[in-house]
Amino acid sequence: MSEARSVTEPPNLILSPVWDRPRTGTQFLSGDHACAEGALYAGCRFFAGYPITPATEIAERLAERLPEVGGQYIQMEDEIASMIAILGASVTGAKSMTATSGPGFSLMMENLGLAYMMEVPTVVVDVQRGGPSTGLPTTVGQQDMMQARFGPHGDFTSISLSPQSPQEAFNLTIHAFNVAERLRTPVLLMMDEVVGHMHERVVIPPPGEIPLVARPRATVPPEEYHTYRPGPDLVPPMALAGEGYSVLFTGLTHDEDGRPVTTYAAQKVLVPRLRDKILKNRDVYERLGLYKTEDATTLVVAYGITARSARRAVDLGREKGLALGLFRPISVWPFPAEQLRSLKNVTKIVVAEINLGQVVLEVRRIAGPYAEVVHVGNPGGQVISPETILEACMSPRRAKP
Amino acid sequence: MTANAEVALPPELHPYDHLLRSADLPTIWCPGCGIGTAVGALIYGFEQAGVPKEKRVIVGGIGCSSRIVFYAKTDAYHTTHGRTIPFATGLKLCNPSLNVVAFAGDGDLFAIGGNHFIHAARRNMDILVVCINNFNYGMTGGQGGPTTPAGALSTTTPYGNPEFPFNLPNLAWATGATYVARWTTLDVRRLRNTFADVVNRHGFRFVEILTPCPVSFGKTNKIGSGVEEMEYYQALEVLKSRVESTEITKTDIELGKPIVVGTFVDRERETFRERYVRVVAKARGSKS
Repeated sequence: MSEARSVTEPPNLILSPVWDRPRTGTQFLSGDHACAEGALYAGCRFFAGYPITPATEIAERLAERLPEVGGQYIQMEDEIASMIAILGASVTGAKSMTATSGPGFSLMMENLGLAYMMEVPTVVVDVQRGGPSTGLPTTVGQQDMMQARFGPHGDFTSISLSPQSPQEAFNLTIHAFNVAERLRTPVLLMMDEVVGHMHERVVIPPPGEIPLVARPRATVPPEEYHTYRPGPDLVPPMALAGEGYSVLFTGLTHDEDGRPVTTYAAQKVLVPRLRDKILKNRDVYERLGLYKTEDATTLVVAYGITARSARRAVDLGREKGLALGLFRPISVWPFPAEQLRSLKNVTKIVVAEINLGQVVLEVRRIAGPYAEVVHVGNPGGQVISPETILEACMSPRRAKP
Repeated sequence: MTANAEVALPPELHPYDHLLRSADLPTIWCPGCGIGTAVGALIYGFEQAGVPKEKRVIVGGIGCSSRIVFYAKTDAYHTTHGRTIPFATGLKLCNPSLNVVAFAGDGDLFAIGGNHFIHAARRNMDILVVCINNFNYGMTGGQGGPTTPAGALSTTTPYGNPEFPFNLPNLAWATGATYVARWTTLDVRRLRNTFADVVNRHGFRFVEILTPCPVSFGKTNKIGSGVEEMEYYQALEVLKSRVESTEITKTDIELGKPIVVGTFVDRERETFRERYVRVVAKARGSKS
């Protein structure tokens, strides 16, 4: 009985940079499949997930593709387990991801919070559908945006990206991994059902053409290493499991060695740093789409699928001689406030989003003092038409009180 | 101990001092608590089995038991309540050379984390799961839980527990664990040998350790101090190694009744990883 069973240790599947099954070139892909291919391109070799409409296709694609490239797919018992399994994967150095929709996203909040606190890089995809609760499983919503911003309990700062097309789903998934690695933080890819299910042309470049970013790693010997001592960029270099550093990671408030110190003194050092490492590194993640904004006096703010309706609305408005422009936050959180404020001619902002008013709250906070901010939305279930957005742009200004 | 040895090893230094985060001692555990005994036995097992120090990984959840991560000097991850097993799953799959132990309490593993336990056992995931079973929630002050014996008192079962508890070895066996043992913290030698035997094995291994919680469960149920709870175990323990599968249901724990301890299950099954290696071969073979 004391004889350990002899097993030929299979080669380490993950971590090895296998890319002998590239699918490059011009493809016809759904946003979900493009997201999966983006993850593979970024070097993701571990996916843990649970089936849910409209994100299931990401899991299906990766169940097929990951073993081809030497990675692993595992279907967990629920989204709670999926979220924490990808954290366990990441502490070994693996790039990991999960994908879900609203109900599963709710279940992930617990360990998403742990990821912010333990500073574990990973990528979480939410293909949004109409809610609350089971809501509209097969139709579109953009109703999880505030959950992306404030979902887990406690104070933290979320980085959330929102693609408007399958091509952008591919590119932004790679960007999400780069940002997660660079800043040691989870990054949320907030897709929506329409972008997830629509099929379009997606160009996948050869490996290496889009640069990949690796996380900052421990370089000093173990006796000089502190698990949570940040560098000048506020990001602590990461020692991986098995490297001999005896690391200590915890979700408790901790000191630079990971020791639990549950005091105000420790909290006021740690939690503001977690916020500041995001806010002071905006150049790492911030992406913005501007369309005809130079002379615009009325601005449409929209993201995801709604941005495409908004672009059409801008064109229709321009045909009528209106000075419309589109401000598309690709990184929705943290909201690109300075860029919004820098558009000096703007006197009216129409925020179009498939919800009853979420990102509009942030836009109103930023621009409310100098511009009229109007919300156009619906409670989920259909895309907002360009005509609806245009109508909001053209409606007479509210009288100043 | 010779005079020389005393110079090399001051009497206050624990023999495992170099394997502990010694600056953080003493522990937060209460007088009479058995968790320290279990931690010592696990470290003994690692040493005895020759597991390289940098390959040892302990994953804790939330609760008294999970505090092991702050004292045992290994790569250590203090995760969320109930989630040790899925965290350990991702970790082990992505670095199979690591020796991964999920170490948590009965409430953590079998109430909030029960679903993860049964699925990891079903998959035969390559992890060792150690359950400190003290029959109640110690960290929060002695509430009843999924292992509180029927009729037992706790702060949330003030009239006696109306629920029946899980029989943990039976659950582990039924869901597919390849190795299942139950000991008390009185059985130090057996516990150490068990860890030395199983830390290097493959598959889903489960060790339940019945542990005194004198300030909560022991006090409320008039079992007494830590020593008195050990005496309680001594009086009631029945050793039954290699219980036949048909008999594992007879290992239920009831207040004041005999407590069956031993190695109940020791069998082989293909692990998730062994099976996934074939998935990879198939995927790579068929798409060339």
